[in-house]
Amino acid sequence: MALQTLRMALRMLSRDARARELDVLVAAIVLAVASVGTVGFFTERVRAALTREANLLIGADVMISGDRPLPAAFADEARQRGLVTSPVVRFNSMVTRPADDAPPVLATVKAVAAGYPLRGSIVVADAASTAGVTARGIPPPGVAWPDVRLVERLKLVRGARIALGDATFEVGDVVLQEPEIATGLLTGAPRVLINAADLAATQLLQPGNRATYRLLVADDGAPSRLDRYIDWAKAALKTGQRMETVRDAQPEIRQTLERAEKFLALASLVAVMLAAVAIALAASRYLRRHLDTAAIVKCLGASRARTLALFAIQFVVVGVAASAIGVAIALAGQQLLVIVLRSIAAAELPWPAPGPGIAAFAIGLLMLLGFALPPLVTLAASPPLRVLRRDLPRPRTGGVIAYAAGACVFAGLLAWRAQDWTTAGLTIGGIAGLLVVAALAAAGAIALLKRLPQRGVTWRFGLANLARRPLASSLQIGALALGLMALLLLTVVRGDLLRNWRASLPPDAPNQFIVNVLPDQVDGVHASMTSIAGRDTPLYPMVRGRLVAVNGQRFDTAQFDDPRSRRLAEREFNLSSVATLPATNRIVAGAFWAADAAKDAGLSLEEGIAKSLKLVIGDTLTFDIAGTPLTARVTSLRKVDWDSFQPNFFTLFPPHALDGLPTSYLGAVRVPATADGTAWVSALVARFPNVLVIDVGDVIRQVQTIMDEVSRAIEFVFLFTLVGGILVLQAAIASTQDARRFDAAVLRTLGASRSQLNAAQVAEFLLLGGLAGLLAAAGATTVGYFLADRVFNIPFGFNAWLWLYALAGGAAAVAIAGWLGTRDTLDRPPIEVLRQLA
Amino acid sequence: MTLLRTMALTKTVASGDAPLTILDDVTFEVARGDTVAIVGASGSGKTTLLGLLAGLDLPTSGDVWLDGEHVTSLDEDARAALRRRAVGFVFQSFQLLPAMTALENAMLPLELAGSRDARATAQDWLARVGLAHRMTHYPRQLSGGEQQRVAIARAFASDPMLLFADEPSGNLDQATGAEVAELMFRLNREHGTTLVLVTHDTMLASRCTRRLSLAAGRLVADERVS
Repeated sequence: MALQTLRMALRMLSRDARARELDVLVAAIVLAVASVGTVGFFTERVRAALTREANLLIGADVMISGDRPLPAAFADEARQRGLVTSPVVRFNSMVTRPADDAPPVLATVKAVAAGYPLRGSIVVADAASTAGVTARGIPPPGVAWPDVRLVERLKLVRGARIALGDATFEVGDVVLQEPEIATGLLTGAPRVLINAADLAATQLLQPGNRATYRLLVADDGAPSRLDRYIDWAKAALKTGQRMETVRDAQPEIRQTLERAEKFLALASLVAVMLAAVAIALAASRYLRRHLDTAAIVKCLGASRARTLALFAIQFVVVGVAASAIGVAIALAGQQLLVIVLRSIAAAELPWPAPGPGIAAFAIGLLMLLGFALPPLVTLAASPPLRVLRRDLPRPRTGGVIAYAAGACVFAGLLAWRAQDWTTAGLTIGGIAGLLVVAALAAAGAIALLKRLPQRGVTWRFGLANLARRPLASSLQIGALALGLMALLLLTVVRGDLLRNWRASLPPDAPNQFIVNVLPDQVDGVHASMTSIAGRDTPLYPMVRGRLVAVNGQRFDTAQFDDPRSRRLAEREFNLSSVATLPATNRIVAGAFWAADAAKDAGLSLEEGIAKSLKLVIGDTLTFDIAGTPLTARVTSLRKVDWDSFQPNFFTLFPPHALDGLPTSYLGAVRVPATADGTAWVSALVARFPNVLVIDVGDVIRQVQTIMDEVSRAIEFVFLFTLVGGILVLQAAIASTQDARRFDAAVLRTLGASRSQLNAAQVAEFLLLGGLAGLLAAAGATTVGYFLADRVFNIPFGFNAWLWLYALAGGAAAVAIAGWLGTRDTLDRPPIEVLRQLA
Repeated sequence: MTLLRTMALTKTVASGDAPLTILDDVTFEVARGDTVAIVGASGSGKTTLLGLLAGLDLPTSGDVWLDGEHVTSLDEDARAALRRRAVGFVFQSFQLLPAMTALENAMLPLELAGSRDARATAQDWLARVGLAHRMTHYPRQLSGGEQQRVAIARAFASDPMLLFADEPSGNLDQATGAEVAELMFRLNREHGTTLVLVTHDTMLASRCTRRLSLAAGRLVADERVS
């Protein structure tokens, strides 16, 4: 009996599939699964890369690091316990080619000792293979191993000479891969590897120069030895020292990934939401079209359970097949994401694990179950009397309660993907809100259009079709507008914002930061900067200090739950001193000191950091500056214009307050983009090798590249949203197909021509798409204005093109999709349609 | 021996302010092997009565017994099982499943009853109604007369005790209607099936041995036709 039910179900299914009854349903499930799967696979691969290569990433089992040289105790203790160690010093420096005047390049230098890395390996270029070969050992003294980017920037060849500080090096192997960039997840400045023995000769590690001192520790014997060492070291860590193990390698990258994952997952859920609407519409159409079938099989003696099984089997088969297709598309889609995000996730990622595929597959089935089960149950409950009376009212789908099941499935899904209810609630609330606003606006627009004088039968019928189902039309317009708006925001509005931001920068804004100037170099550097800028260009003193106490109480960084605040609290502060308030700062609370203030006139904090660290005016802060305490009271809070490209500081002191403390200086200058400018930078670095020149343009370009890639990835995910909108449209068209057929048959009987009817339908979809486009443009403009005015503080520029793109694009896309969906409503002879549907 | 019996069968539906009575206190019996025509004007309650007799609907009050079972006290699934066991149908609008071929449609009640040789039986019946060459055709590929012959094959394939027919020639032209009626009565005779037929067609009604006339929901005449 069960086998017979299965056979009958499959027979009915194959017929429905051939009659294209299930197209929208299948497409909606495929879309939902593909959208969730793509994001799932991608983030899982990146995460797997991080986890699997975690010890390669840090080049050890445990890495202890600090902003100052680490006490010898860490290494001694490790050796006593039979562990192997290797020290690393990492800092930034200008690299030049002393032989000619090629512009100096800012690079990250890593000085390593024998044994490095303890885990993983250094891969260097090899003429014979593109994959490179594993290096034997580390650079010998006097030799530097640059990475590919530095080789490109300085046009280096093996044997060339480069200068780092006061020392020159011969260029040896070219590094393709080494720990830390093994996964290629963060590409920063170009890098160069040198031997720790050469470090002193460079003279680069002066007080005030930011360097990171690391100790790599690994154990080739019993892991318990390592665990005991980790426990010991944890207790021995002082402020400013950190320990990373394989388990928590690169917490920042991990955090970034988690945030990105959350966002992409939620974005993909918007597509799932639209797919759910399409599934609900398609399932309800399926219900309508199969009521007779259900009535006949029940009339012929099938029980309710068997009738339900007959339809449920079909849906399960459809769900499984569609989910499988969705997973296959997701596999292709995630590879596309990897390609799009190549400079962020550049390295070889491990093959996708099955987990996200299984999850996406389950989502496909759950969606179908949640949104299609209620209509199926109704179908099984449909009265067999229908075989005698076609005019019986259609059984209710169970109304709100039935769809509550679907809503619960979706809510659960959301919470699972977003990992917390607040984010899920905000996202779904926001999207639902937008949808409601868009639908209301669409309803208003339809009502308004109806009041306009109606010319021509084409427009009248087109509009009448929209107005006849105001709720459905408004929802379709809302869904389409949402997808279009997301795409407009990511393309047109993003471009506008960037352009406007660039335009808002003063043309003479500094483009080079001069950092790490030592006190005895201030006069020389200042004179040089003033000469190239053509006006007095100041240098600001900078002292690095750690906040150790507030109001006499030890400052406990563990009090901050959110990671950003904790990082801010743990980091060394850059302290500076000024006589007058810098032009790009504004006092928002308290009072700034007078130009002739005494050195104990307090300190001024940037309002953002004060808020993050819960500091208020009147608090007394104590900083530890290389062992020397510095205590002062907060007397003012400042708002800082960070976009000004001027040196800015979180913490300012009155003049002389920092005298006698280890100080370096920094400033910003506009250097013309000419040969003269390049020569000036070269000369400055040649004269002061320890000084770092940071090209703002480089930084902006790098940020821009990452931004471009990230927004392309988001665009990609939102493409799923747009497809979701079109699917909702298709589902809605399909659900009105019978009514359209009937209307067309009546109109043709009354003498309407085929072209008139075609035009009426195209008019309807042009209106629908045009309205969606207008709403999308309005939404994107509003969000763009908000971002410009409130978030980025840049002038907002109205873009008329955006409205044109949205209107034309929306109308054209929807008209084509609609025409494709309805063109066969005119294919059948009117008499046949009337006989069947009347 | 009585196969079908009704007692004070009444059906009212809510309609506006006052309930509308569609069937009013209808009582009769049908013996095995009888052929009964239920006749009456449009809206007289014929189809409603047929629905109640077949257990497709429940009365507001009154009882129906079919083959000794008290239909009106059975739940929906038990009524379906009774239909599967004892009842066949022929409808005015054929009611074939558009998704299935002629053969598959004829197999449907057999498969629902768990029959092992559903295919062979259905093939046999289709051949007997003259459709051996059209078994793999879908309903939309068949003429109205052919579709109704598939329905007749389906109705007889499960070897029912009782056949309900609702205006079996209503959607057919006169000649085809007569052909289909002839087929139905012939098979009925050959198998001794009890036939309950709802029709406007006086020709069709005159072929039955008994005629029940309904007017405004009441049984107004119960005549034997010789």
